[in-house]
Amino acid sequence: MNWEGRKIYAGVAEGKIIASQMGISFFGGVDPESGVVVERGHDLEGQSVSGKVLVFPTGKGSTVGSYTLYRLKRAGKAPIAIVNEECETITAVGCIIAEIPCVDQVPINELRTGQLVKVDGDQGLVTLLAE
Amino acid sequence: MRLSSVERAMLAGEQGRATQKAMEILVALGTIYDAEHMVPVTSVQIAGVSYDNLGEAGLHFLTQLQVGGGKARVLTTLNPAGMDVENWQKLGIDPGFAGKQLQVIHAFARMNVITTCTCTPYLSGNVPHFGEHIAWSESSAVCYANSMLGARSNREGGPSALAAALTGRTPAYGMHLDEERRPGITFVVEADLVENDDYGGLGKAIGERMQALEGKPVPYIRGLKQASLENMKSFAASLATYGGAALFHMKGVTPEAGQFSPPGEAISISAADVVKAKLELTDGDPLQADFVSLGCPHLSIKEIARIAELLEGKQVVKEFWITTARPTKQIADRMGYSQVIEASGAKFAADTCCVVAPIKGRFSALVTDSAKACYYAAGKNQFQTILKPFDEVVLTAIGESHQEAA
Repeated sequence: MNWEGRKIYAGVAEGKIIASQMGISFFGGVDPESGVVVERGHDLEGQSVSGKVLVFPTGKGSTVGSYTLYRLKRAGKAPIAIVNEECETITAVGCIIAEIPCVDQVPINELRTGQLVKVDGDQGLVTLLAE
Repeated sequence: MRLSSVERAMLAGEQGRATQKAMEILVALGTIYDAEHMVPVTSVQIAGVSYDNLGEAGLHFLTQLQVGGGKARVLTTLNPAGMDVENWQKLGIDPGFAGKQLQVIHAFARMNVITTCTCTPYLSGNVPHFGEHIAWSESSAVCYANSMLGARSNREGGPSALAAALTGRTPAYGMHLDEERRPGITFVVEADLVENDDYGGLGKAIGERMQALEGKPVPYIRGLKQASLENMKSFAASLATYGGAALFHMKGVTPEAGQFSPPGEAISISAADVVKAKLELTDGDPLQADFVSLGCPHLSIKEIARIAELLEGKQVVKEFWITTARPTKQIADRMGYSQVIEASGAKFAADTCCVVAPIKGRFSALVTDSAKACYYAAGKNQFQTILKPFDEVVLTAIGESHQEAA
């Protein structure tokens, strides 16, 4: 199964999905050293986004959040790819400076935690490899 | 998105790694916001300067761009740093922090960014005029430049503003387009406002109502008879902080207001609404407060002259920071204001401010005339806050305020 989206940042990655129904504020919402979501009441609170394909509707919060993605990457704790319903400035800039493949305009309600997918940022494609 | 041959060459890396990364950022933003093309910019203001906000990762990123050959192609100035660059020891800044902060400033300087370190570039030589396309990333200055000057800027983040500097371009969407600048809601102010904190309260009252509206329409404000530069700098900062606004029109005050008739949908703001907004920013006891600061946004020379007048022959009883741009401080030196102010025990903190300096844990309650400063003092630094009129803030610092009973 394939989902065709829009390319935000290039690169290809394969991995398991961690999916959220909520917006993510990287600055203050995700621990930059561990990749654990720390925002109180978030549906991913206490879970790590590190090494996963992170799926969420859209980013929110401070523009400093772009640097949080860069810090995560430098600490080896970044998500390997990001898939959004609608990407915005903070996530897009963060993916570009941290070199994380990113695709948006994908029906993210069809993507579930635990699925193995390939994210192709060059083509703007998300491919299901295993349930 | 259509790119010119020069822009395509930048994207392909033909002008170096830093320019390529910058163009990647701009193309991605243009894609997300459906820009048809890039527009040349004449001025850039970069936020994300304090090491307190950037951290090691931010410094690393800036260093990579500098090493990658990044050079600003247009007039580019810098937001406040986390310390007074020349006088950080007296303000109790940690030497380790100071070393990192200087590395940040040097990285910018090597990229030909003019290290003004002020949030009021429009008072320090970066003054775009009507209709100019610019890329600014200090939210209060974006709101001021769009509204008061009629220049055109989106609310950039630090990296996207830097990307505009390194390429001389920004994607043409949002505030760059005529149709996006049309007002969509009228606010009728039924209050006489005089002081900066009144205007800060008004910014919060309008900003919070804007947040609740569908699609965040551009506000058209009427009912105010006159407002000083200092009032408007306070208002723009507050409206940007509490409403996320990039632009407002104000009848009789801003240059584009005359192009539009007031939108039919109107919300009135009473004197009581402004008082309520101000009271919501006061949760501390001024007598117990241990920190007083004026200069958010950075003080004008007129404001510094007034502080000197009030402090003449007095001694402060609380830590009192006066935050402003270095050139403004230098004029204050020449006029003798600085000597009067420093003789009172008050401290100049040029290049920095109470929002970006690393002061969490050093103080417990802030007295200020700035609604924006209250927001960050409470959120980022977990201080209690006390919002007062300008003169009363100075009088609080010397233990002579008459408002303590309130």
